[in-house]
Order: sequence, then C-alpha cells, then structure tokens
Amino acid sequence: MPLLEVEGLVKHFVRRRPLRSTVVVHAVNDISFTVDEGESFGLVGESGSGKTTAARCILRLTTPTAGEIRFDGEPIRSMSRQQLRRLRRTVQPVFQDPYASLNPRLPVGESVAEPLVVHRIGTAASRQARVEELLDQVGLDRSHLRRRPDELSGGQRQRIALARALALGPRLVVLDEPVSALDASVGAQIVNLLMRLQRDLGLALLFITHDLRLVRHMTTRVAVMRAGRIVETAATQAVFAAPRHPYTRTLLAAADLASRRGQVDPGENRPDDGDTPLREVAVGHWARV
Amino acid sequence: MSKESADRPVLLQVERLTTVFDLGDREAAAVRAVSFMIRAGETLALVGESGSGKSVTALSLLGLVRPPGRITGGSILWKGLDLVHLEETRLHRIRGREIALVLQDPGAALNPVFTVGDQIIETLLAHGVVPKPGARARMLELLDAVRIPDPDRRADDYPHQLSGGLRQRVMIALALAGDPELLIADEPTTGLDATTQSRIVDLLRDLVERHDLSLLLISHDLAVVSACADRVAVMYAGQIIEEGPAQAVLHNPGHPYTRGLLASVPGAAPGVPLRGIEGAPPRLGELPPGCAFAPRCPEQFDRCKTVMPESWAHDTGTVARCHLHDPGQAVPATTDEGGAPGP
Ligand SMILES: Nc1ncnc2c1ncn2[C@@H]1O[C@H](COP(=O)(O)OP(=O)(O)OP(=O)(O)O)[C@@H](O)[C@H]1O
Ligand SMILES: Nc1ncnc2c1ncn2[C@@H]1O[C@H](COP(=O)(O)OP(=O)(O)OP(=O)(O)O)[C@@H](O)[C@H]1O
Ligand code: SF4
Ligand SMILES: [Mg+2]
Ligand SMILES: [Mg+2]
Repeated sequence: MPLLEVEGLVKHFVRRRPLRSTVVVHAVNDISFTVDEGESFGLVGESGSGKTTAARCILRLTTPTAGEIRFDGEPIRSMSRQQLRRLRRTVQPVFQDPYASLNPRLPVGESVAEPLVVHRIGTAASRQARVEELLDQVGLDRSHLRRRPDELSGGQRQRIALARALALGPRLVVLDEPVSALDASVGAQIVNLLMRLQRDLGLALLFITHDLRLVRHMTTRVAVMRAGRIVETAATQAVFAAPRHPYTRTLLAAADLASRRGQVDPGENRPDDGDTPLREVAVGHWARV
Repeated sequence: MSKESADRPVLLQVERLTTVFDLGDREAAAVRAVSFMIRAGETLALVGESGSGKSVTALSLLGLVRPPGRITGGSILWKGLDLVHLEETRLHRIRGREIALVLQDPGAALNPVFTVGDQIIETLLAHGVVPKPGARARMLELLDAVRIPDPDRRADDYPHQLSGGLRQRVMIALALAGDPELLIADEPTTGLDATTQSRIVDLLRDLVERHDLSLLLISHDLAVVSACADRVAVMYAGQIIEEGPAQAVLHNPGHPYTRGLLASVPGAAPGVPLRGIEGAPPRLGELPPGCAFAPRCPEQFDRCKTVMPESWAHDTGTVARCHLHDPGQAVPATTDEGGAPGP
C-alpha cells in the first residue's frame, strides 16, 4: 500500500474582482498520484501549474474542493482527531523560504525543539539531546542553536528548517522549491543532505520544483503538471529518455538552454489538451496524448 | 553571436574598479579592483553567487551607487570617456541613451499606477528619441520587439496584471526605449520558471543579433549564461576570479571556485552526490587574508592563506586569479611549500 494516495484532487479558488466578473481559478484540476514509503517523487511544472496548491492540500493547509487524500490507505476526511494529530507527525513541510517556517524572534534551537514541545514529547533534557542530534544530522553544530534566523546564511536557515521538519520523525517530507532561493554551491550541499537523509532515515520525499535538472537528480518517479492537471507521469528516467507529451518536451528543451542555442522559440501558445485523458503509453508511463 | 569579436572596437573598458560601503565602524569594498572590457556586439556574462558584487558593479558603471556607498578607485572608460569622473549632467545623458540598465528587481522599476504603455511613452519622450505624435507607434514597436503578444491590448495593462515573464519583457522594452548601444541586464531570468526563462534568453540573443547590441548579462545561472555569452567573468567576494571565452570558462575552468560552481549543478549522474563546494562565501567586510576562496578551496596550500593571488593565464584560454597558475611559483603537490619564492 502506498504511503500517500492522492485521488481526483481538485482545488478551485474564487477570485472576485472589483467592477468585473468573478473568476474561478482551477488551480488543481483532478490530479491523482501515489508516493510509496521511502520513495522520492517529483512534481514539476511551470509557474502557476498548481504544484504548491496540491502540496498545501496534502499538508492540510487548505481544504480541497473535491477528491481524496489517503495516508496508509486511510482517507484524511474520515480521520479522528487523534489520527489527525498523529498524521501531523507523519507529514512535514519544508518551503522555499525558511523564513516562513522559522519565527524570526526565536533562537533557531527553540524553533527546532518547538514541534517536540507542542506534541509533548520527552523531557526538557531529552528534547535538548534530540535537538543536538537533529542539528548533527543536518550538518550544523551547537553554536548555531542560539542564533536567530537572520544571523544565519540562507543555506544554514534551510538546514534548520529541515531539522525542524525531521524533529517528529516524519515518514513523508513535502519539499516546495527547497533550494531555489539558494546559491548553486549551497543548494548542492542541501541536495546532497536531502539524498543522504532520505536514504538513512528511509524518508519519502514529495519534491516540488520547476527545475528539471534537480528532479532528474533526486527523484525516481515524477509527475508533470500543467494548468492544474498532470499531463505525464512515469519513472523519472523514462520521462527524460522518452517524453511523450509535447509539453514535457517543451519543458525538457527549455531546461537544456545551452544546447538550444540558435533554435526557435517553442512559442507561448501550445494546444490545450484539457479533455485528453491520461493513457498508459508504456508500462507505468502515463500521458495525455 | 559575434565570432570575429577580437577585431571589434572596445566599447567599455573597466580598470581596477573599486566600490566601498560604510559598515558603521569601518568601510568594506563590495567591488575590489575589478577589470573587464566589452567589445561592440559582444555579450559578456558576469556570474557569481549572491553577494559577490555583480549588482554593485553594474550600478557603479552608471554612477548609480547610493551614498555613502562610493567608487574609491579605478576607471570606467566608455568609448574613451571616463565615467568615474564625468559630471552628473553628462552621465545622465549617457544613461538610457547609450548604456541602459535592466534592474534586478522589476517591482522597483515599474510604477504600479501607470499602464505599461504610458510608462514606455514617458521614457521615450524623456530621452527625446521620438516626437510626441510618433511615441505611441514607437511604444507598440518596442512591445512587439520584446515579443509581447497583442501589444495594442497589453499597452493598457498595469504592471500587476502581467505575469513575471511579461513584466520582464516590459522592463527590457523600457531599457531599449533610448536605443542604447550597451544593455546591462541584471538577473533578467531569475525567479521565472524554466520555459519563461528560455524565452527571455531567446529574446536577449535575438536583440543582440538583430539590433547589434552589446550585452552585459548578470546572472548566477550557468545555464542561462552558457546560452548567451561570448565571454564569461566569474565574481567571488568582490573580485573577478576568472575570465575568458565562454566555452573555456564553462568547460575547462582553471580556478577551483569555477570548477566547484560547475560541479554544483545537477547534471549527468543522477543520484550521485554533487561535488559542490563546502562552506559559504565570506560576508562583506569579513575577508580572510590571502585568497578569498582559501577557506573553501580543496586545493589550497600555505601561500593561499597569506598572499592574495594575482591573475594568471591558464592553458585553456582563461585568466584565473589563483596561485596554482603562477608560473613563477612552484606549487607543492602535497608537501609544505614554506612560503618561499619559487625557482
Ligand atoms: N489563495 C489563492 N487565491 C486565488 N488564486 C490562487 C491562490 N493560490 C493560488 N492561486 C492560483 O492558483 C494557480 C496555481 O498556483 P500555485 O501556487 O499552486 O502554482 P505553482 O505551480 O506552485 O507555481 P510556482 O511555480 O510559481 O510556485 C495560480 O493561477 C495561482 O494564481
Ligand atoms: N547599499 C548598500 N549598503 C551596504 N552594503 C551593500 C549595499 N548594496 C550592496 N551591498 C553589499 O555589497 C555586496 C555585493 O552586493 P551585490 O548586490 O552586488 O551582490 P550580487 O552579486 O548582485 O548578489 P545577488 O546575486 O544576490 O543579486 C553584498 O555583500 C551586499 O550586501
Ligand atoms: S589561490 Fe589557493 S586557495 Fe585560492 S583558489 Fe587558488 S589554490 Fe585555492
Ligand atoms: Mg509554488
Ligand atoms: Mg544582484
């Protein structure tokens, strides 16, 4: 049984505009995918394709318009309070901007310990030991504990956000653009760290990004989103070796800027394939073609 | 892109440019003796990680560093004219008309209460490049030149009604309004998704080719740089630490920092740890003595910690600021070199 199952997820936003007609934004429009225990799954797509909205639904930061999300086969909708509480320990987020998850006035050591305090885990002493262990896991030392977020570099802040996410021993970490705000040399350190933690702790990762190079590097399966829908999903290798959907090909070409020197702009207007259903084009390889 | 660029005239020649900021108790140089040149029709990319001094270099070129920040040394020769000592009124005329800058932060440069069309028209009139009756037509031409679909309709949009990609195009259109010879584009693709990035890159290349523009492209994205640049200069802690033809810098660099930067980008070997670089760049005003990269450098040796390296030619055609390439210096493989001068 997959750890996470997303089935027919829909999220609409109603946007009211003064003096104009109200529009409904179909941010996520009927998407389904699964993430296995210990697996690294990528969600890619251009800006506005609905990646963050999907993640927020999974993290229960927003209520889906329709569809179902299950953990260990259990629909979130029908979970008891106690199960939901446990779920909060199972799934943890890491966002692009660590400021969003760290209290700027709190020494970062307290931010890391906070989930333990909230969930009343351990004694003050055992929590301290756990925080030090977490810091060690993300490659920081104790001298960092007393500092405030703005006294740390971007990479160090992202390590702290990661330590905090790991505090409760999650099984799934949802990473929304975790390195796109970082410099390449620092981003590479975080990428290496994530891959090591995934292996050592048996974590499942839901990795959200618009950087295809990262997806290829870090994930084993991937779903490509466009305009709220999944247009292609398969093993990452298969998608890179034999992309089937024209949009995926456009994305791959765009990522490969250098080799496109002198080629023509693929253009802003691509045909809409809203009504083409996902079809299994090869074993485990689905595309709207 | 220009092939025979070596015999094109030099437009911009920057020599040992130094720009400092006040840190309260002391001052610190954000740009340290930076030298480079740009020939007509050439694209030079300035790459480097956050805080390395790229934007301050760009602002310095046009005298736009805000006091108490200031240029304390060096020269900026624009077609033979030294911009460092040029009076403000004359510099003002060069800005936009001869050298145009696309700022890093589009939010700061576009006025939210005017339509994009009106802003471009205003800029056209301010530069005096077209008479008032022709301004709207020229504005639409510019929107078309930066490939904004349906310019007639888009001209009446306010900045917030545009996507990030379209906003960036408007910024470029604004910069082109004065018909400049050199365009400085500071991080023109940062924050945009890959498809939008590649369209902006295509646009820049097209402008350089068709309008015979020279381009100083500032970016930390090596993919963007490799798609556009004829030459590449790499900045670290306020210095240019390597410079040369794009091909050489991006494929056979001589400086350990450039090599580390290239190894940080996920590439051919999925799942394998990236080689990257340990640690983080020094903060402004907290430079180590000797080579600024020494604390992170896998190849550092004794001399690196005390003596600032000069720039030396590297076999592949780049110039690297690194003791490893000092021909007069015996570089110890592993042994102690003792700081004594080489043979
Ligand atoms: N709270 C909201 N109210 C109205 N519309 C919203 C809201 N949140 C997101 N949207 C819209 O939903 C769509 C999907 O947005 P989302 O942030 O999920 O995209 P994304 O794939 O994460 O993009 P990015 O790569 O830019 O982060 C967009 O059109 C966005 O404008
Ligand atoms: N007005 C200022 N006052 C003080 N320090 C400044 C000022 N502007 C820039 N700096 C400092 O100068 C250094 C170089 O900054 P600069 O903006 O040129 O970096 P950059 O290479 O453009 O980085 P990024 O990729 O983040 O844009 C940084 O340490 C920055 O903090
Ligand atoms: S001078 Fe020394 S420390 Fe600096 S880059 Fe070269 S080898 Fe490394
Ligand atoms: Mg997002
Ligand atoms: Mg900058």
